[in-house]
Amino acid sequence: MIDEGRPLFLQIAEAIEESILDGTLVEDGQAPSTNELAAFYRINPATAAKGVALLTDKGILLKRRGIGMFVAAGARSILLAERRTTFAERYIDPLIAEARTLGLGPDDLAALLRERSAPIGDAGSTASTEGSSA
Amino acid sequence: MTTVIDVQNLTKRYKDKLALDGVSLTIDENTIYGVLGRNGAGKTTLMSILTAQNFATSGDALVFGERPYENARVLSRICFVRESQKYPDESTPTHAFRAARLFFRNWDQEFAERLIDDFQLPMKTRIKKLSRGQLSAVGVIIGLASRAEITFFDEPYLGLDAVARQIFYDRLLEDYAEFPRTIILSSHLIDEVANLIEKVIVIDGGRILLDEDTDALRGRAANVIGDATKVEAWAQGREVIHRESLGRVTSVTVLGHLDAAERAAIAADGLDLAAVSLQQLVVRLTQNASSSASDTAATITEEVH
Repeated sequence: MIDEGRPLFLQIAEAIEESILDGTLVEDGQAPSTNELAAFYRINPATAAKGVALLTDKGILLKRRGIGMFVAAGARSILLAERRTTFAERYIDPLIAEARTLGLGPDDLAALLRERSAPIGDAGSTASTEGSSA
Repeated sequence: MTTVIDVQNLTKRYKDKLALDGVSLTIDENTIYGVLGRNGAGKTTLMSILTAQNFATSGDALVFGERPYENARVLSRICFVRESQKYPDESTPTHAFRAARLFFRNWDQEFAERLIDDFQLPMKTRIKKLSRGQLSAVGVIIGLASRAEITFFDEPYLGLDAVARQIFYDRLLEDYAEFPRTIILSSHLIDEVANLIEKVIVIDGGRILLDEDTDALRGRAANVIGDATKVEAWAQGREVIHRESLGRVTSVTVLGHLDAAERAAIAADGLDLAAVSLQQLVVRLTQNASSSASDTAATITEEVH
């Protein structure tokens, strides 16, 4: 799971963020300690500590003296807002750029998105209604 | 951060060979260092001077602020696990560990016994009858259980299989997390230790080629692969440390961080971008250094112990 091209501490921070977003780690619940992270990912504890520090600086994690690391209340909404922005930059912007070269406008894209994200079960019926509206 | 080792302009000459050529570096406490480099680069020479098992020709090496030679105050706080460690002829692992227990004041007997179990080391076999891997395990166990303030592991893994090496890395990390100390690990298995080491020191031809945070090196170099003309155009003005071609396809390894815009531009150009592992980076850097300084570096072929 470790990507060679990027700093490890960033990847550790992202892995924790991912666990908070998918509900594996809950707000006010205990988060893994630096040493647990180091042992699990088989990385240097100082590197794991740097990843954890990044999240405490952002208010995602907080340290309770003597008890350990916890997920801060409101951590999920901070992350969701952050992810929404990066999602738009990383996926939507290139999507729009590529669509433009194909001559597809925002309405065409929206129609395509609806068509593609329709549940498998009623894909046929959705496709036909989209088809008639386009 | 406290400095535990301070090396200034250290030079070691063996007759016509220059094993260390004006090396200066500092080692911080409670940090795991990886010392990387080719055979004969000077790794073992450096470690043996720091542990008072060898003399420098010139320059200075201070350990805990003092010269280590015949200095019990320094030597009782360091442990050197070397690849070619010699033991008395008739001794068994039991003898070796008993001696280590007497010498190292932080020795943890319980930890040693757990490690003996982990490595399934036969305790009553004479050391000279042990396999290469078992011999390495004796050194690894002493290095770990000694909990010395500075522990040098000089290629400690010879003959250890993949499972035993993983045990070594895992126990090292666990114990280091609980009892922070300075670990200086030399290795050729760079990919295996890349995530363990906080700082990396690359030695080549007796000189320090790189001395940096390991994490800072990630993303330091990148491979760009694709149509030869496009790749060459892109690489124009960049620091190319390696280049290979196959027909119309060229791959270049370039130094320098690529930001999101540059990455996007590479993709838009139809070129592929691949990460460079620490091992690849070290190989490329040392190849580069030896080819540019081949007249001085190539004369050093074998490291002298």
